[in-house]
Amino acid sequence: MNIRTALLGFALVMIGGAAWCVDANGQLEDPALQARFESITKDLRCLVCQNESVADSNASLADDLRRQVREMLVAGKTDPQIFDYMTARYGEFVRYNPPLEAKTYLIWGAPFLLLLAGVGIVYRIMRVRSRMPIDDGMPDES
Amino acid sequence: MWKFLLPAVMFAAIIVLFVVGLNPQRDIHALPSPLIGKSAPQFTLTDVLDPSRQVSNAPLHGQVYVFNVWATWCAGCRQEHEALLAIAKQNLVPIVGLDWNDDRDKAERWLTQLGNPYNQVAFDNEGRVAIDWGVYGAPETFLVDAHGQVIFKHIAPLTMQIWQQEFVPRIAIARRGGA
Repeated sequence: MNIRTALLGFALVMIGGAAWCVDANGQLEDPALQARFESITKDLRCLVCQNESVADSNASLADDLRRQVREMLVAGKTDPQIFDYMTARYGEFVRYNPPLEAKTYLIWGAPFLLLLAGVGIVYRIMRVRSRMPIDDGMPDES
Repeated sequence: MWKFLLPAVMFAAIIVLFVVGLNPQRDIHALPSPLIGKSAPQFTLTDVLDPSRQVSNAPLHGQVYVFNVWATWCAGCRQEHEALLAIAKQNLVPIVGLDWNDDRDKAERWLTQLGNPYNQVAFDNEGRVAIDWGVYGAPETFLVDAHGQVIFKHIAPLTMQIWQQEFVPRIAIARRGGA
């Protein structure tokens, strides 16, 4: 067996491994639809095992939701229509990437608020320290 | 002043957070249903006990009813079955079942062996009606009023205590207010 057949075999094994990840119901014929299918299902939370996406989960509900997304895509529904369909049934929690709106300002704003609070604390500490006498570690001479 | 007040306020906030967050009564996986206050989704499926018969919630419009999602693979459903039978005996409201992603033979055996608390059971082997109702884990129990609006949803097995506390008063209010 030469190196090329070995490499080919290795490549096939690797590709075969990747194929496990593909949904058992097969791909959509249109690659553009398939790409949208993948991005939508990655952004939907599987509500059974709440830390997995619909794309990744093996739960039967995730399977049903993938079928639903696939059918809606084939029927010509837009991404916002599909997300609206899901949030109307499962609430905003179903989305990993919730839209920026009045209800979600706090979620999106929290990191910046915490950063601001941190800056404030650091600023206060620095101001207090800068007023302290400098201690250079030398014994007091007086 | 700040020096003493700020830690005290933060401590109080953390205590409140713990009391709410670590409450053993609270199910952290339970989600509020966006369906509350909205029209109950319509469905027409076959009867789990008789494939030639259809089950729909359309004829129930005008009365308060309970919609219970279950399956034979669901341990929580086995757990709540006694309570469902007792609730059915009260004969307060019709109970419509949805057998979700299940096997017809197993469901039939379940109902004949354990007793059938349902007025009707619809067979949803594709999970389409379950998606319409925003079901993500059995057992789930909905209460629908006479206007066809979902007024309450309970996720997790039913108990008589939950039934008396959460469902019975709501049924009384729904009857007084509507229809």
